[in-house]
Amino acid sequence: MTVLDAIEKSGFKVLNLSDDAEEREISGVYCCDLLSVVMSKCFENAAWVTIMANVNSVAVATLTEMSCIILADGAAIDEIMITKAKQQGITVVQSDKPIFETALKINQLVNANA
Amino acid sequence: MSSMKLHYDVDNTDFTRAGEASSDTKKKLKLMGVSPEVVRKVAISMYEGEINMVIHANGGTIDVTISSDNIVLVLKDEGPGIANIDKAMEAGYSTANENIRSLGFGAGMGLPNMKKYSDEMNVKSEIGVGTTVTITIYNELT
Ligand SMILES: Nc1ncnc2c1ncn2[C@@H]1O[C@H](COP(=O)(O)OP(=O)(O)OP(=O)(O)O)[C@@H](O)[C@H]1O
Ligand SMILES: [Mg+2]
Repeated sequence: MTVLDAIEKSGFKVLNLSDDAEEREISGVYCCDLLSVVMSKCFENAAWVTIMANVNSVAVATLTEMSCIILADGAAIDEIMITKAKQQGITVVQSDKPIFETALKINQLVNANA
Repeated sequence: MSSMKLHYDVDNTDFTRAGEASSDTKKKLKLMGVSPEVVRKVAISMYEGEINMVIHANGGTIDVTISSDNIVLVLKDEGPGIANIDKAMEAGYSTANENIRSLGFGAGMGLPNMKKYSDEMNVKSEIGVGTTVTITIYNELT
């Protein structure tokens, strides 16, 4: 399922939509908040569910080529993060549900269309 | 492929710019046709080193040399130095404060990641003088 498709169906709030959201496929769901662990363990085109809403999350997502960042638990948004996400072309959305429920929802959407 | 050199000055404690040097190198490696696996190894090692410089050492410099045989990263800072390198290399060891942890750092996995994703790694450090980490990643491209 593409990033755009998943986001539209999820109802999550869009903070930044990248130009490639329409074509980019989500390969799976990954959850973790410790950036060095994420760097090592996440995978390409993952939809990354985290509460780390800051500019470093964008750097990590870009470097590891994840498909999008899903901020869970209504994490407070840092304006600099969104500016960076626009620059780097990374999709960022926000969910008001906790990490598990957020990840479950996106996983169900991705699997339903697999 | 002739060798190519890149130099970066990493700003002290400017978290908004942290990761820019690594992103730039990653883009250049991709354009040069370096294999995705090698690009990933460089991106992870360089990012961890860049972040360590920002959060533990008030910034520093990174020199990257790309050749057909390997990619060499020299990360040099004039920060406080590391008292016990063996301990610092242990997974989970971190001196990061609360403020830094709240940004997602401080798992104590940066140096172990650098070790894991590089082919050769050397850490030289002196208290009050600084730290130099040299990393070599073999380039699969010939
Ligand atoms: N360039 C450096 N200058 C001084 N101390 C350093 C430097 N790099 C690492 N250290 C020390 O080594 C420790 C371990 O580093 P490491 O990168 O493994 O973990 P971390 O930076 O604390 O957390 P993480 O990388 O998981 O976010 C640090 O907490 C710090 O005390
Ligand atoms: Mg570190």
